[in-house]
Formats: sequence, structure tokens, C-alpha cells
Amino acid sequence: MKPVNQKAWLMILPVVVCVAFSAILPLMTVVNYSVQDIISPERRVFVGTEWFKQVMRDDDLHDALVRQIVYSLSVLLVEIPLGIGLALAMPAKGWRASATLVLVAISLLIPWNVVGTIWQIYGRTDIGLLGATLKGLGIAYDYTGNPRDAWLTVLTMDVWHWTPLVALLCYAGLRAIPDAYYQAASIDGASKFAVFRFIQLPKMRGVLMIAVLLRFMDSFMIYTEPFVLTGGGPGNSTTFLSQYLTQKAVGQFDLGPAAAFSLIYFLIILLLCFILYTWMQRVGTVSEGQT
Amino acid sequence: MDDKRFRKRTLLLFAYLVFAILPVYWMINMSFKTNEEILAAFSLWPRHFTFDHYKLIFTDESWYSGYINSIEYVAINVVIALAVALPAAYAFSRYSFLGDKHVFFWLLTNRMTPPAVFLLPFFQLYTTLGLMDTHIAVALAHLLFNVPLAVWILEGFMSGIPREIDETAYIDGYSFPRFFLTIFVPLIKAGIGVAAFFCFMFSWVELLMARTLTSVNALPIVAVMTRTVSASGMDWGTLAAAGVLTIVPGAIVIWFVRNYIAKGFAMGRV
Amino acid sequence: MSRIDLDLAHAYKPDPKTDDDYALLPLKMSFDDGGAYALLGPSGCGKTTLLNIVSGLVRPSQGSVKYDGVDVTARTPQQRNIAQVFQFPVIYDTMTVADNLAFPLRNRGVAPARIKERVGRIAEMLEMSHQLDVRAAGLAADAKQKISLGRGLVREDVSAVLFDEPLTVIDPHLKWQLRRKLKQIHHELRLTLIYVTHDQVEALTFADQVIVMTRGRAVQVGTASELFERPQHTFVGYFIGSPGMNLLALRANGGALEVAGRVVVDAAAAAAVPGATLLGVRPEYVTLAAPGARGAIPVAVLQAQDIGTYWLLSTRAADGTTVRARLHPRQAIPRAGDTAWLQVDGPHTCFYADERLIAAGGQATEGATA
Repeated sequence: MKPVNQKAWLMILPVVVCVAFSAILPLMTVVNYSVQDIISPERRVFVGTEWFKQVMRDDDLHDALVRQIVYSLSVLLVEIPLGIGLALAMPAKGWRASATLVLVAISLLIPWNVVGTIWQIYGRTDIGLLGATLKGLGIAYDYTGNPRDAWLTVLTMDVWHWTPLVALLCYAGLRAIPDAYYQAASIDGASKFAVFRFIQLPKMRGVLMIAVLLRFMDSFMIYTEPFVLTGGGPGNSTTFLSQYLTQKAVGQFDLGPAAAFSLIYFLIILLLCFILYTWMQRVGTVSEGQT
Repeated sequence: MDDKRFRKRTLLLFAYLVFAILPVYWMINMSFKTNEEILAAFSLWPRHFTFDHYKLIFTDESWYSGYINSIEYVAINVVIALAVALPAAYAFSRYSFLGDKHVFFWLLTNRMTPPAVFLLPFFQLYTTLGLMDTHIAVALAHLLFNVPLAVWILEGFMSGIPREIDETAYIDGYSFPRFFLTIFVPLIKAGIGVAAFFCFMFSWVELLMARTLTSVNALPIVAVMTRTVSASGMDWGTLAAAGVLTIVPGAIVIWFVRNYIAKGFAMGRV
Repeated sequence: MSRIDLDLAHAYKPDPKTDDDYALLPLKMSFDDGGAYALLGPSGCGKTTLLNIVSGLVRPSQGSVKYDGVDVTARTPQQRNIAQVFQFPVIYDTMTVADNLAFPLRNRGVAPARIKERVGRIAEMLEMSHQLDVRAAGLAADAKQKISLGRGLVREDVSAVLFDEPLTVIDPHLKWQLRRKLKQIHHELRLTLIYVTHDQVEALTFADQVIVMTRGRAVQVGTASELFERPQHTFVGYFIGSPGMNLLALRANGGALEVAGRVVVDAAAAAAVPGATLLGVRPEYVTLAAPGARGAIPVAVLQAQDIGTYWLLSTRAADGTTVRARLHPRQAIPRAGDTAWLQVDGPHTCFYADERLIAAGGQATEGATA
């Protein structure tokens, strides 16, 4: 049990100050905007929950929200199993392990706009390998004009970009399993699948929760990559929530509704992540009881 | 039977690695071709190998300054993030105090905030402070999501160190700063490595805030790259070369922390 | 249940040249069917390696392992049908206790009715019948170790059960319970049990035969009393007993043997122990002597501790060696700073040359009086 020590507040003060500065101040500004109509710098009218109501009724917002949810779920559905599979396939020791780690992790370190650029080029039928190959195979592919192609390309780009995060987390979880478990399983005559189901998967629970949490949060906030690749198009078929918000705020300078929406956006994520986080903690305390 | 399984796994791994590397290879490929060749022909490797694009980047200040700016603010950010996160993580790991669980969760929520939400407020805030277009502005802005992450990761590692070590040090007469720096920090080296890696990663790749808060002096490479459309159309070759160069620092960092990644996660918040 | 015969050596490198290159120096050892054995030794002595070779987790670099005369060196642990309990509990977190115990049987396709019966029996033996439907993950460490053990016992044709320091994570007050349980199981099932530990109390109470190991070598195999009375090797003398055996350097002086400048073994008796360099006597057998008595030496008393059932006397001989004695409380105990005389030569004294026993108890002291 941890000893109680209120002086510990001194140690977390720098962190609180930094984050408060970066978070609370701007947040207050956003709240400020969300309840005012700023016609000009001098003229501000308090409008209460007017913007919130307007935002909630906005059909474009509903569409973007649905699009976003479908996207995030698709991302999880592909990346989590693929990440687990990749982690299982990666070598555990030796120079091969280091080399594989570096190769797998490269896509994580590419600036997000460059990721967009890479795929932008890659998918073009004139100068990109993927585009040209598909064209050569006779498949009609146009990620700028065809919404379905745009969706698939954005999804594939995300899988390409972020599966390594899931894989690395799972890989670490796997490495943490002591050899004795595998030895005992071999003595017990367990099949490879049984080893996966009863030893590896349960022991990876902690990291998997982190992976699911991180991927869900980040995919819900995604902005740069789809923006660079498709600009949200064709039309608004790949306009997800962040871009919708940015368009509203910066593009149209509808500060009031944008601010209102920002808060709603924030609260949605907060709620979902609170649920996931609590679940993670509960799983964590169960596994803490184990050796 | 084991052999067949082994080969199937290696095959899948190989297939994934091809999938992962091919787009990057393509970009590298393009960076060594002239713009004419890119648009005119289609080839798997450059027919007329050229360093022109790289030369342009290294000589044109508007290009290479982008890299320097990025490295600057990322470095500042990592240093500050670790410096404030270490004592905080220690406090969370060793003590319980009023509101500790709530503060911890509040920190994590900052990681969950969409940067788009803060776009305009940040713009106004930093303009007011007169910090627009400075490296420190971006470094501070990135603390928003890096500090909670660093605290989260470090706390996990610190919890893995038995409290007996702290107690023994006090009995031996160590003052807290001395104990922390000479005993504790070396024990959590792996954790610091992992935290630094992630802070570096998320700061290096972030575009939205970095672009919003800078214009000329501190313009990072990511923003420079989004401006390569000229009258003669997209300068694909230079764009590709710039992209390749942005991967280089990342690859270097990951090479250095490669041992910690596997070992590190294992001891951390898992 | 099998008889296990070992004739092997194990080296780290393919081309071992010196003793240091070996994890296990060449040895020949047999474990009788149904016997309880302990491998006792300090960390790094090779006992866990030896255990893993017996179980099949490690293949010896040279030599063979035989079960009932059949060479099993190339076989996996599963094929050898052994059960192993590790240092920390290894259980399947997602399963209940019953499922954990049933797992090995299910993997072999045993009929469900039979599985239920076996699981019930083993659970009863381990006193876990009331916990069968509890999720294994939530139990305490000692319960988990019992489950690990149970998974090994549940197979009816298990050839041997091997333990690798299984009580390491168990609370001290629960250790004796588990030890007692292990002895009970041994008594009931008559399985071959091999137990690795660095704790002599565990080894000596658990096993019929103890194998003492150090630095890759098995230095003595014997019962607890054999190890105590006649340690074949100075290491055994030092390791067993608390405190361990006193080892005093002997110097030849015209045929007689001296300790710290004083003759303790006269020339006639010394002829029976040629080449002896060390005299070994356990603190339990060191007694107070009259000044100048035969076979006694003068010492300076450093410390006298009242342990309760005995006094532990720490003294220093004239050559600087520490000599310890366990003295019966009902006599006059010297105090720190006093000089005293301790009888070191007696019926239980052992003589060593280069760490090996050459003679023990009584032989060298015929004619001497205590």
C-alpha cells in the first residue's frame, strides 16, 4: 500500500502547470467562444446554448460522426488482429529481432503528412506503384474520384501506418511471458493454439487494452493523413470529425458553432475513453493478483 | 510439423515486411529520379540516377531550415517533457495523495484531446504571449500530449522498482536528489528510453499545431513540405527526397532504443 | 514411475577444455523408482541444469539419460511423461482450478468421466476440493503452487515429479504446510520425486537421499545423517548444519598433527590419516575441555550467544581461525574475553586431505579420551 504524502503535490506541480497551461487556458477560450456570437472583435453577444443546439441539429455533423465511427471501428477490426499476428510472427531474439523491430517501426516514425504524401503518390495510376499495378491488372481504381476507393485507400494507409504500434505493444507483452509457462504447457501437452488461447492471449491483455485505447482515441482524432491524401473527398466521403471541425473553424470562421462542436467532440472522446480506461483498470487489478 | 508452422510464420512476416517497406521504397525510388522521368516513364528503379533533389534540399535554406527547426523544437520538447514527468511519475508511483487518481486521469484526457479543438485558442494564446513563430511555442504546445504520455510510461516502470530500494537509500543517508539521480534513474533507464522515444515520435510527426504556430522562423519541415506546389506543378522529386530525409532521424532514434523497446514495454505499464 | 539413470556431462561450449567450461562435470547418478531425492547446493552449482536435463528441457552436451533402461535423451518432457513444478506458480489464468487440473488430461483425450474422477481425487489430496470452481487467477501463491503440482500428479502414468525450488515465493509460515503435503503425497503415491533447493532444511526434511552439489559437481549422495556425520567433502561439511563444520588447518610436526601450534593428534594416531590437511568437527560435537587436555586447543572467546536450547560460542584459535561450538546450557559458559579450551578431536571428528574425506570419527582417536 502506498504511503499517504500530501507533499507529493510539489512533485506533480510542474506537470500540472505545463498541462494546465496547454490545456485549461485554451479550453476556457473554447468554452468562451461556444457561448458567444462574435460578429466582430468589438461586438459579442451571449447566446447561451444556441450554438450547441445548432450543432446538434446539423446534418453534416451527423454524417461526419457516423463516418468517423465506422472508420474507427474498421480500423480496430483490422489492426488489432493483424498486430497480434505480426507480434507472434516476429522473432524473439538475436539480430533478426532487432532488424525486424526497426523495419516494422519505420512507418511509425514518418511524419503524418509524409505518410499522406507517400500514399498520395503510391496510389496514383500514373506515377505510383500501387495505382499503376492495379491499372495494369485491369482494376478500375481512382482514389480521388471514387468514394469507395478513397475509403479503402485511407483505411489501408491507416493500417499501414499504425498496425506496428499494436504489434510492438503485443510483442513486448509476449516477451514478458517467462519461459516456464511455455515449458509447462509443453509438459501438459498443449497444442499451439491452446498455448495462444490460454497463455499468450491472457498475458497480453494489459497491452492489448492499451493498444485498443490508443488506436481508438487516435483514429477518432485523425486529421493529417486523410487531409493530405484526399482532402476529405471526393465530396465529403472521407471527411472525418477533425477535418469537419477544422473546416468549420478555420475555413468558414464560424467560431461559435466550431467551438461548441469542439466541446461536444471532446466530450464524446472523453466518455468513450473513460469507459475503456475503467475497463482497463479493472482488468489490470485482476492481473495484478497474478504472479 | 513445427517446421511447417515456422515457415508459414516467416512467410507471413515476410509478406508484411514487403507491404510495409514497399511504399517507403517507392518514395526513395522517386527521390532519385528527375521530375521528368517521374512523370514521363514508369520504372521500378531510377534510369537516370540523380542527387539533384537532395542537393536542392541541402543548399536551399527554405528546405534545410525546416529540418533544423523541427529537430530544435522536438529536442526542447523531449527535454522538458521528461524533466517534469520524472518527479510526477515518481509521486504517482510511490505516494497516494488527495486527488491522485483524478489528476492521473485528467492527464490522460489531455492525450485524448483532438488537436483541432485547440487550434484557434492556441493561435490566440501564443499571439498574445508574443511567442508566435518560435520553437518554444511548438515545444510547449506539444507538451499537451507528450507530458501525460511520459508520466504514464514512467509511472509504469517506476512501479516495477521495489520500494525497498528507496528505503535502503534513505537509511544509508542519501538525500532525495542524490538518491534519485544516482540510484533511481539508472534503474529506470529503459523506461526513460521508451518515454523519450514516444515523445520524440509524437512531436516529430505532428503537423497541425506545428504549422499553426509557426510561419517563417520556426517553420518545421512538415509544414515546408506541404508547400511544394509551384507554378510548374508538384515538385514530386524534391517532395520525395524531403520525405526520405524526415525518416532519417526517426530511424536513428529507433536504432538506439531498439533494445529498450522489447525489454522496456515488458517492464512497463503491462 | 521410473528408475532414472544418468551418465552425462554438460558443457557450455562445444569444446570444453577446463573444468570451468562445464556446467555439469561428468557424473553418474541413479534415482530409484519411487524415491524422494533432493539436489542441494548454492546458486549456480548446476542443480537446476541437472533437473532440466532429467526432465528433458535441456539436452546434455554429452552422455545419456535413461528411464527404466530406455534411452530418452532425445525425447521431450512431454514424451518422457514427467511433471515439473517451477519456482513461481505456472497456472492458466483464464481457467478455474478444476479446468487447470483437467488440462493435461484433456489434451490427451481422456474420457470426461475419468477426468472428473482424477481431478476430484487429486484436489482432495491437495485439500483443494472446495475451490474447484474458483478462478485460478485470484488465489494465493501457495494455492497456485498446489495447482501446478496437481497438474503434474493428475496424470496417472507420470514417470517422475521434478521440483525447481518450488517454495521460493511461498510465505514462510505456509512453507512447512506445503512440505508436509509433499511428503504425504510421496507416501501415498510412491512417485519418484526430485527436488532442487538451496535450503538445507527443505532438502534434509523432504528427501530420503540428498545430493549435494557445488560448481557443477555432485560431491556427495547420502541420507541426512550420513551428510551430517560423515561429510565426504569439505563443502558438504560447510554447507550442511547451522553453523557449518569447523575446519581447522593441520600442520605436521614430527609425525604428530598440530592445530594452531598445539598437538591434537599424536604420531601414532596420525599414521591413520596420512596427508591430512584439515580437521573438521561440527560445532555440535565441540565441547569444553580441561586446560591441556588431549585433543583440545586453547581459544579466545569472542562471543557467547544464548540461543535458548543451546549456547553458541564463537572463539578464535591461536592461528586466527574461528571455531564455533554449540554448548549445552547446563554448564558454566565462558564469556567474551575469557580464554577457554575446546575439545576438537573426538569420535565425530573428520580428517580431510584436499577437500576430500580420508577418515572420520573414532579412527584417529583410539586411545584418546574426550
